[in-house]
Amino acid sequence: MHFEYKVIEGDFVNAGIASSSVKKTLKQLNIPPAIIKRVVVALYEAEVNAIAHACGGTVTADIDSDKIRLVVADKGPGIPDIDLAMQEGYSTARPEVRDMGFGAGMGLPNIKNNVDKLNVQSTVGVGTTVEMEVNFN
Amino acid sequence: MTVKEIAELLEAKIVCGTEEQLTEDIKTAFASDLMSDVLTLKQTPLLLTGLCNVQTIRTCEMAGLEIIIFVRKKKATEEMIELAQDNDMVLIESDFSMFKACGLLYANDIKPLF
Repeated sequence: MHFEYKVIEGDFVNAGIASSSVKKTLKQLNIPPAIIKRVVVALYEAEVNAIAHACGGTVTADIDSDKIRLVVADKGPGIPDIDLAMQEGYSTARPEVRDMGFGAGMGLPNIKNNVDKLNVQSTVGVGTTVEMEVNFN
Repeated sequence: MTVKEIAELLEAKIVCGTEEQLTEDIKTAFASDLMSDVLTLKQTPLLLTGLCNVQTIRTCEMAGLEIIIFVRKKKATEEMIELAQDNDMVLIESDFSMFKACGLLYANDIKPLF
């Protein structure tokens, strides 16, 4: 199964729509709740990142019988130092992002904690692509 | 303690939730205004927060939290209530400060997560 969603820059009200839709689909497929939680927490963090830091982007989800593959791609400013961005507590979030309860520098590390495979590709001035995989068993 | 008893203890208003959810026995709780922290939780059913916006509901949906107590006189909007109901969540509003609400729950044997 293949799904695609658009993420719009600064659109915090709709942040989480892709994650919510993926959650409902995985529930219908009877995936264990603990695995669904890992998937949607990681996707939601990535969705919020795309809204908070980039000019929006796209979310694609491919569900196979044994795993889910998620790609969140944006055309934002890019991440100059991915290792630094992966460090807990490092953040470049704007005050309005922090007002929404995010921007504590925990997004990427929390994604890493929840997925089985993570690949972050970023080019400054071009954009960032976050690829995630979670196995169902 | 049941959800209903917690609401009474906090002199709070139950905004939405089913009778079955209100009789659920609660043993642990977490309190934070930082949604980034909420997203790192392993498992607890109840969040106390002063952050009152749609993302509070969304975050709890993803983190698997089904009961939200808004403290400091924060009031849920119609949009938040609708989203909470769509996701079978309980919303409660208390005028108490976060400190007072947490203190009362702790004194009544609701345990912290860590």
